[in-house]
Amino acid sequence: MRAPLSWLAEHVDLPDGLTGRALGEVLIRAGLEVERVEELGSDVTGPVVVGRVLAYADEPQKNGKTIRWVQVDVGPEHNEPHPDYPQGCRSVVCGAHNFAVGDLVVVSLPGAVLAGGFAIAARKTYGHTSDGMICAEDELGIGHDHTGIIVLPPVDDHGRALEPGDDPAGVLHLRDDVLEIDVSPDIGYCLSIRGLAREAGQNLGVRFTDVVARTTPTTRVDGYPVRLDDDACPLFVALGVSGIDPSRPTPRWMARRLVMAGMRSISLAVDITNYVMLETGQPLHAYDASLLKGEIVVRKARAGESLVTLDDVTRALDPDDLLITDDTGPIGLAGVMGGQSTELRETTTEVVIEAASFDPTTISRTLRRHNLPSEASKRFHRGVDPAAAYSAAHLAARLLVELAGGTLSAAETVAGAVPAMPSQAIDADLPSRILGLPVSRERVVEILRASGCDVEIDGDRLSMVPPTWRPDLRDPYDYVEEVGRKIGFDKLPSIVPPAPVGRGLTADQRARRAIGSRVAAGGFVEVLTFPFASVEDLDRMGVPDDDRRRALVRLANPLAETAPFLRTSILPGLFAAVGRNTSRGNDDLALYEAGRVFFAGSGAATPIPSVAGRPSADELAAIEAALPVQPRHLAAVLCGQWRRAGWQGEAVEAGWAQSFAFADQAAAALGATLERRPADQAPWHPGRCAALVLGGEVVGHAGELHPAVVRAFGLPARTAAVELDLDALVRLAPGTGSILPVSGHPVAKEDVALVVADGVGAGDVRQALVEGAGDLLESISLFDVFTGGQVPPGHRSLAFALRFRAPDRTLTDAETAAARDAAVSLAAERCGAVLRDF
Amino acid sequence: MPGDQPADLSQTAIDAVVADALAAFAAASTSAELKEARLAHAGERSPLALANRAIGTLPGPERKDAGQRLGAARAAVNAALAEREAGIGAAELTQRLAAERMDVTLPVELAPEGAPHPITALMDLMGDVFVAMGWEIAEGPEAEGEWLNFDALNIGPDHPARGTTDTLFVAPLENHIVLRTHTSPVQIRSMLDRPLPIYVVCPGKVYRADEFDATHVPVFHQIEGLVVDKGISLAHLKGTLDHLARSMFGDGIETRMRPHYFPFTEPSAEVDLKCFVCRGESVGNPDAPCRTCKSQGWIEWGGCGVVNPRVLAACGIDTDTYSGFAFGMGIERTLMFRNNAADMRDMVEGDVRFSRSLKGMAR
Repeated sequence: MRAPLSWLAEHVDLPDGLTGRALGEVLIRAGLEVERVEELGSDVTGPVVVGRVLAYADEPQKNGKTIRWVQVDVGPEHNEPHPDYPQGCRSVVCGAHNFAVGDLVVVSLPGAVLAGGFAIAARKTYGHTSDGMICAEDELGIGHDHTGIIVLPPVDDHGRALEPGDDPAGVLHLRDDVLEIDVSPDIGYCLSIRGLAREAGQNLGVRFTDVVARTTPTTRVDGYPVRLDDDACPLFVALGVSGIDPSRPTPRWMARRLVMAGMRSISLAVDITNYVMLETGQPLHAYDASLLKGEIVVRKARAGESLVTLDDVTRALDPDDLLITDDTGPIGLAGVMGGQSTELRETTTEVVIEAASFDPTTISRTLRRHNLPSEASKRFHRGVDPAAAYSAAHLAARLLVELAGGTLSAAETVAGAVPAMPSQAIDADLPSRILGLPVSRERVVEILRASGCDVEIDGDRLSMVPPTWRPDLRDPYDYVEEVGRKIGFDKLPSIVPPAPVGRGLTADQRARRAIGSRVAAGGFVEVLTFPFASVEDLDRMGVPDDDRRRALVRLANPLAETAPFLRTSILPGLFAAVGRNTSRGNDDLALYEAGRVFFAGSGAATPIPSVAGRPSADELAAIEAALPVQPRHLAAVLCGQWRRAGWQGEAVEAGWAQSFAFADQAAAALGATLERRPADQAPWHPGRCAALVLGGEVVGHAGELHPAVVRAFGLPARTAAVELDLDALVRLAPGTGSILPVSGHPVAKEDVALVVADGVGAGDVRQALVEGAGDLLESISLFDVFTGGQVPPGHRSLAFALRFRAPDRTLTDAETAAARDAAVSLAAERCGAVLRDF
Repeated sequence: MPGDQPADLSQTAIDAVVADALAAFAAASTSAELKEARLAHAGERSPLALANRAIGTLPGPERKDAGQRLGAARAAVNAALAEREAGIGAAELTQRLAAERMDVTLPVELAPEGAPHPITALMDLMGDVFVAMGWEIAEGPEAEGEWLNFDALNIGPDHPARGTTDTLFVAPLENHIVLRTHTSPVQIRSMLDRPLPIYVVCPGKVYRADEFDATHVPVFHQIEGLVVDKGISLAHLKGTLDHLARSMFGDGIETRMRPHYFPFTEPSAEVDLKCFVCRGESVGNPDAPCRTCKSQGWIEWGGCGVVNPRVLAACGIDTDTYSGFAFGMGIERTLMFRNNAADMRDMVEGDVRFSRSLKGMAR
């Protein structure tokens, strides 16, 4: 809503000198979202005066234009001597032709600056020195019209004759402050000058004069016949005005206000309905009475009906659409948009003015169904004061009489009635308790009465009936808010509520944070990608048809048709992030992301229980059961160099080793150790993929990507990736852990080199050594992998360093040797390992 | 070398031997030379050692006298040796330290430069403010039942936010599953699942069918707070928001509430943060404009209010006994004004330079 200060001032006694900005501050404190205050005309400075055209000569130019060389009287202060005119004048070049000798025009003289910083100076053009400019609307910033210059009326709004040299700002309504306010859905009454003036009056403590002054009479249908066939229209006022002169223009002041309010001037009759709507908040519609056929009936649409709306679109109607109809069928979508068949024409001389009340929900559905936001629907779907309809219709009728020469028919129609407002009762101390600020019962009553409520006091209870323009006052807390708004939230004390002792982060939350810290410290960079997916991504990853990742959840209205599903794997998103990075020259990447993936659920619908009370256990269980399965995953992708070549040494390529290290670090953050088993899983290289196992469960996979996947996604060669079920990792990680005893006895070191066939995993050999060595083994590490030399083809030598220690004694050589031999012998038994002499 | 000759135990001879030793020590300029001099003049076969051995052959009275004189001589030699050793050692250490000087400005790198995403870091930081107050962090699914995302929050079936132009739906529409449009369904879950009183924050990812530009992303993050307890008022909300503001932006930074409308709260307000850069000093002061608050003095931060009793009722909470407050703010928006992130698109495109720019910290 855009509200000119001058318009508001006609309805409320604003203090002298109050600026739009100052009023904006007051309204902001009262809870109105004043987005900005425009100071119109403030950018027009310097000599801009009324001028009278003394003479002109039309001069055709070579470029095909005809310019006018004009002598204009701009008053004694600004006139220059001229041989033909004793009072003097200025001579200017003008491109427009819509004026005659004797007309009053607006002249900007050298030194003036017009809208948009357009500076005026004397300049040579078309063979003359033009000593100023005759202005059009757009040049003064008061409109968009540039079809001709402004021709002023001979007198101003107060009937005073305009003279050359006068300041035209008044007659042009050049200067005004316009408050632009974003009206929240609960205060629809503020979509009007009337409502904003009321708020200004209440918050400034000054007198407000309500333009809605007429009481709605009881039902009478002696004007145009109207029948209400649906509860969604409780009231319909129709007034007839005949004999209007369609050639009358909209007066400048009205057109200017419409423009300032953000609307366009269309024709006098339409402008009047819009003007009254802006002023009262009551949308009006004017029908060409000669085009109406028979009784107006307000009813819901019937199957198969359609309507051509004012915007020239044929709309198929829904049985829930509320219609204005006559004998020909639908003539308007109630409260949303009128129909073309009865709209005002250039020849219209008789109109029927409609001022009706409609159910907000019905209007809201129709406006969304037909995607037809309009000035009317914007108001009706928030709720319009039904008591304003009758007055608004009369205001419009009076303007049609005054400005368009029409005659108001004495017969009028008031179908239906203003609905009663619902009463509510609250404890008088409820506002104090909920606001946390003492507010006396008297103050509560005073505020609510000032807001228009009828308040009855019954001891500590208050009973209220809200005013007709406040449908938002319904629940007890609505009244609390009204009191709070009027007192001002800035008056509230600031009190931190004492929470009971908390338990901190949950174990799962701590675990996830520990993992994030660990892998970030370990060199991985977290990115966040959109969790949307496509079948094509799964195809490119080579995911088989029976893979769980094919259990995609489809979106009904995806943001992009190319990614209409929710992700079942984080990897495609990371692959895309790799592409964006490498295209920007970030070639060495170790990216990770933690987030939810989505697997299709049961396919059942979630129930929508009543909101009157807590849903039943069954209803809540049914909601849970129908939702997609949404585990958290943790994934990383690596390419380029893990470490760049430098003075310290050679480059280290990023690859499968770092993908394993990522998983190991994530697990280590939780005190867990992952076991790796060879695996064949898309999108990985079948010979370079490990299943990551914890507690006997596969919790993820890691390794180098399949070359076909690398190609399909356009990734750098030998890109590696890892994806873990983060929830499973956290669930399976060991619990509290215990501190190991630290032995002070000496360590005994034994190195063994074992020759095994190529297919035998180092991890399996290590495991056999660990189990074979028994409790005396303190640690074991693989320090060499060797092929060639004395190692037979198809075999590898794996060298392990074993450290033995007892908690209670120094180990003898014999004890150490026995433990080592037991380890080697189990490795021989399980893995076919043969001890190799160094 | 005088080694094998018979020992001359005269004082003159001893003095000469001592003088030789001191001269040899003084002449040594490296540890190696000193070692040689030590072997020659203080070693087992040095004149003094041999003389010492010869003492035993002397008769009693002479033995005592010679012993004292030799002892003094050996002490003098050993002292001189120790002094010279210390001197040469210090000089050599100085030399070594000078020789081993290296360029400490050379780059070293144990691991590549990793970083959590700034959104994650900021979300954790904000959560920690509340954990420190005794609150807990609640979480919930992102694909959510429509009842939890809308109905329970007093967002009725005709509310425009429930349309497909605003909300992303899981197909088919009649299954009533949405991608949560706020973390408020976690508040509902908290009220359904947790014992009263409730003090929780709900950080997480949310979705809107929004355009994708410098200030809008369709997938973003929020943190919401919820308190349900006896005697909770709007003043408690104000106190909590002020505490959050001070914790994150420093002492003296408070919040302002402006009345607003939300279906799930009544009264409702928008919360503004006092500008933590200019502290309001830029207002009406064109000479010192503030980019952070655009010289408004306040920064729009989020929405808040007293929990609408209709919401409590939908969760089965006795509205005569309990009241509550709730608030919520966008993490992306907070990052934008707090850490000068200029373009929201950077937050979701995965460029490592963006993630690394806070050096892992949401300071």
